[in-house]
Amino acid sequence: MSDHTPATRSPAFWINAALLALLALVPPILFITGQPFWLDVFTRLVILAIAATALNLILGFGGLVSFGHAAYLGLGAYAVGIPTYHALYGGMDAIASFNGFLHLGLAIAISALFALLTGAISLRTRGVNFIMITMAFGQMVFYAIVALENYGGDDGLTIDVRSEFPLISLDNPLTLYAVGYLSLLLVLFIVYKITRSRFGLTLQGARSNEERMRSLGVDCYRYQLVAFVISGALCGYAGFLLGNFTTFISPEMMDWTRSGELMFMVILGGAAFLLGPVIGAAAFILLEQLLREVTIHWHLPFGILLILSVLFFKGGLAGIVDRQRLKGNRQ
Amino acid sequence: MNTASQQPILKTTDLCKRFGGVFATDNVNLDVLDGEVHALIGPNGAGKTTLISQLSGLLKPDSGRIEFKTRNMTGKPAHKFARAGLARSFQITSLFADMTLLQNVALAVQAHAGHSFNFWRNATLDKKLLDPALSYLETTGLANSAGKQVSEVSHGERRQLEVAMALATEPSLLLLDEPMAGMGSEESNLMINILQKLSGSKTILLIEHDMDAVFTLADRISVLVYGRIIATGKGDEIKANPDVRAAYLGEEANA
Repeated sequence: MSDHTPATRSPAFWINAALLALLALVPPILFITGQPFWLDVFTRLVILAIAATALNLILGFGGLVSFGHAAYLGLGAYAVGIPTYHALYGGMDAIASFNGFLHLGLAIAISALFALLTGAISLRTRGVNFIMITMAFGQMVFYAIVALENYGGDDGLTIDVRSEFPLISLDNPLTLYAVGYLSLLLVLFIVYKITRSRFGLTLQGARSNEERMRSLGVDCYRYQLVAFVISGALCGYAGFLLGNFTTFISPEMMDWTRSGELMFMVILGGAAFLLGPVIGAAAFILLEQLLREVTIHWHLPFGILLILSVLFFKGGLAGIVDRQRLKGNRQ
Repeated sequence: MNTASQQPILKTTDLCKRFGGVFATDNVNLDVLDGEVHALIGPNGAGKTTLISQLSGLLKPDSGRIEFKTRNMTGKPAHKFARAGLARSFQITSLFADMTLLQNVALAVQAHAGHSFNFWRNATLDKKLLDPALSYLETTGLANSAGKQVSEVSHGERRQLEVAMALATEPSLLLLDEPMAGMGSEESNLMINILQKLSGSKTILLIEHDMDAVFTLADRISVLVYGRIIATGKGDEIKANPDVRAAYLGEEANA
């Protein structure tokens, strides 16, 4: 919660600014110079960075380790897939549509509702129990989608038509990347504002010392639940983008291992930092991509690197730059 | 201080709490009068912390009744006690370790200011939170350390911060759990001075081992032994009470 006034911009601020500038420039340049594959990699990167930033609101700032956040990615993606499916093949007239605003609204509303219902129960627990119960709720969605034979069940569902918006077309890869990138900036700004508001300070107080907050007269549960809902809704938004990006969705994208990956991005990048999850997502995706080109057994070196980074970069990659902040945060 | 005409702000009736077969709180009837400094003393293991935890809602009593400002508070959760105007400090320092002293107190001010469902305005620069927070730091002698992280200040200063945070919720009753615990004599004297200044304007229930502090500060003293209150009275009465001498003061004299 250190305060960077314009007069005293820290090195970390400039590194963050440089990172966001690179994300704005490099992928379009790669695309224009004939490397469309890398634009795809970066599109996936910014979308997962949104999901990780959303997760970080409760994991990093709330101190609540949710192991079920891939479920929101899935809910958001199916909020695109199911209305599109019905618009093409009939049925479910109420939601059958290609309208992007409808898809987006559904993605956010369903994710928020799911977060409200599962958060209300999960937040009665703490620690390992909280991790397990959020994972269980995530798997519940996984199996529910598997059971929906209509929408491909286990085999998944192809989104034949992307969400339609006036003026722009998500079929254009550059447009899709721009939407993803601007969405990331928007979500970062929202999380930034929240973490400095009274709400955010209360959330961080509860992370730091929940018993003390209660003794000050604060009912932490209500704040944590609202944070959980905001986090879920933002993650559902990322799911909406992911559905439009991959155009093929399946239950596999909300498997618990996917939740683990999101958690990993947050922790690898640095949960105490606003841009930690973005750095984590970037490191995760780029490393995965590079190792994949070197060897088909890329999981092994990848896993070893991840373990080493957790062991030696406590506080994540962002923590290497901003040691001063970390000193305070780690006490 | 004349306490004869005053109403109890906190009143317990036949309060009981047992852990297994042990009565940690055994039919405790305790009155804290409005405006007084009431000290609760007792040997180690007498059940002081168990009692204070019930009085602040962190533990539920098995039976009996707790009234605060004539409202029945028995079994209510901790945040309801705090909202009703009862603030406590902790024997084992309980602070927000990753924040500065000013941020700690500002958060306490904010907690008292009503709900915190404001998601947008920057609260880290909010004068409505920072100005009162600074004044509580001044009251507790911490104004010069406002910008330091909790991890950077001494044990004594952390104890002072505990008091500042309890004060920041503008309580009608301040429950101080061994504010002098682990302090050297210089730090203790500083804390006694701070509490003495507060005693004119605040009702305080003080749990303390330091007998100098207790006899200096307290208007009345209750003595807790094996979960039971064996005597309540003014300092001289307590010193003269044979039961107390046998159970507690005598023990200290022999030690």
